[in-house]
Amino acid sequence: MLRPPPSFRWARRVFLTLLTGFVLTPVLVMVSSSLKPLRDVQGPFRWIPSELTFRPYLDIWSTVPLADYFVNSLIVSVSATVLSVLIAIFSAYAVSRYRFRGRKLFTVTVLSTQMFPGILFLLPLFLIFVNIGNATGVALYGSRGGLILTYLTFSLPFSIWMLVGYFDSIPRDLDEAAAVDGCGPLRTLVRIVVPAATPGIVAVSVYAFMTAWGEVLFASVMTNDTTRTLSVGLQGYATQNDVYWNQVMAASLVVSVPVVAGFLLLQRYLVAGLTAGAVK
Amino acid sequence: MTRRRLGLPYLLLLPALALELLIHLVPMVVGMVMSFKRLTQFYIRDWSTAPWSGLDNYRVSVDFSAPIGRSLLNSFWVTCLFTALAVGFSWLLGTAAAVFLQESFRGRGLLRTLFLVPYALPVYAAVITWSFMFQRDTGLVNHLLVDQLHLFDEKPFWLIGDNSFTALVVVAVWKTWPFAFLTLMAGLQNIPRELYEAAAMDGAGVWQQLRKITLPSLRPVNQVLVLVLFLWTFNDFNTPYVLFGKSAPEQADLISIHIYQSSFVTWNFGAGSAMSVLLLLFLLLVTAVYLFLTSRRRGADA
Repeated sequence: MLRPPPSFRWARRVFLTLLTGFVLTPVLVMVSSSLKPLRDVQGPFRWIPSELTFRPYLDIWSTVPLADYFVNSLIVSVSATVLSVLIAIFSAYAVSRYRFRGRKLFTVTVLSTQMFPGILFLLPLFLIFVNIGNATGVALYGSRGGLILTYLTFSLPFSIWMLVGYFDSIPRDLDEAAAVDGCGPLRTLVRIVVPAATPGIVAVSVYAFMTAWGEVLFASVMTNDTTRTLSVGLQGYATQNDVYWNQVMAASLVVSVPVVAGFLLLQRYLVAGLTAGAVK
Repeated sequence: MTRRRLGLPYLLLLPALALELLIHLVPMVVGMVMSFKRLTQFYIRDWSTAPWSGLDNYRVSVDFSAPIGRSLLNSFWVTCLFTALAVGFSWLLGTAAAVFLQESFRGRGLLRTLFLVPYALPVYAAVITWSFMFQRDTGLVNHLLVDQLHLFDEKPFWLIGDNSFTALVVVAVWKTWPFAFLTLMAGLQNIPRELYEAAAMDGAGVWQQLRKITLPSLRPVNQVLVLVLFLWTFNDFNTPYVLFGKSAPEQADLISIHIYQSSFVTWNFGAGSAMSVLLLLFLLLVTAVYLFLTSRRRGADA
């Protein structure tokens, strides 16, 4: 679009101002409330704390075992991300570079699992994990392993889909040149395709990590006291009599900052990845 | 060499296939079997011993004159309306923001980053903040609407009763629209600049360029985007669960929460499974019709 006229610029200004307000309000509420003493968040809302305090940021660690939840979330999310991206790279390479029987079926099956509601798998999966545990003694239910296994399939379809698009956009001449130099298929993947597709790989990693870090449904059913993740743990600030809203807000900020910072740093790649992969 | 080559793609796909099988396909089959069983908490340890009940679970689910069927039907309609509104608004906001941010101006980079914050925030942290904002006596929403704008005489409840639906839609839109924005922004980058230059040369104004170039060029992106938004929103569990807890108010009783409630709170896993299967059939049908319609239109364009 070239040389926007004043009417367009005014519409833009008004719209963007309102939208910024809408987007930022919860963030500002989080910050402001996390710096308030308890009596402030128990009374009518006000933006400015009556007394500025960092107390909630200290208390969050003792009201609930937040550090344990943090570690659990970190282990589960990082493992799920690394595994899902690795598996997606292999699958996407096969789909992008080879013509084989069942190729279409594979893509359709994997993609269509994304449309099914999580609730559909939850109960059967829960029962299957219990059965596997009874039969083999491998405790999947309630373990981090079970959660990792589940989470890595959540981001898999999207990652494969996006990486296929990305790999497709890398010229095959490069592969062929590598083959002439004596590289086998796997060496070609590692030496040529993966480096050329780094932005796409960063993008799906970010997506996979965020999916795992934010998941609520499976975390609330499939974890126990020792494997609880942040998404469930944050509910612990509400007791029978009181909700420690200032601590809830402080804890929300603490668990959000790492993801949001990482995401905003890497968002360029996500846009680039979407452009090359999914949106064609 | 040739044999290794032929087997290689399958070998590469093996991990993904095995996982899809374990986490998605097998559970789906198990879920279907379960929907034909009288499965209560007594059979959890070994669900295969639960007695068969034929189509009973389905009959109960769709018997709209009885309480279970009636509440399922209610939650189905609630979910449809919720999805239409949340997807509609998210799409509108996303499109408008992407279009307004297409040309560079001062502050564009900053806004682009800010707008992605709701997408980056973990759902539970964001939605829990909204639930704080919607608290009747201590929340920001009533402070704004009642104390500052004097729109109501008395502070309304937002998380129970009729207003809970509005609250749910607002939160869902807030959380979902940045994804539409992100996708559409990526889509806009694929439109060649020459198109706009040619149009401007022919005397087309900004609004005309928007209607004649931008929106038509985004159509393929929109076709995928709307489908994805539909599926995510229709299946959304996290938002209502964090906002309302294990049982949502009747006016905001989304289907995924409803099934969760039937299965894990009232311990009727058989009925819960039957409802899941019905939901799945509905989603398959909608998706098939949608894909059919959009591909036909694409055919007509060519």
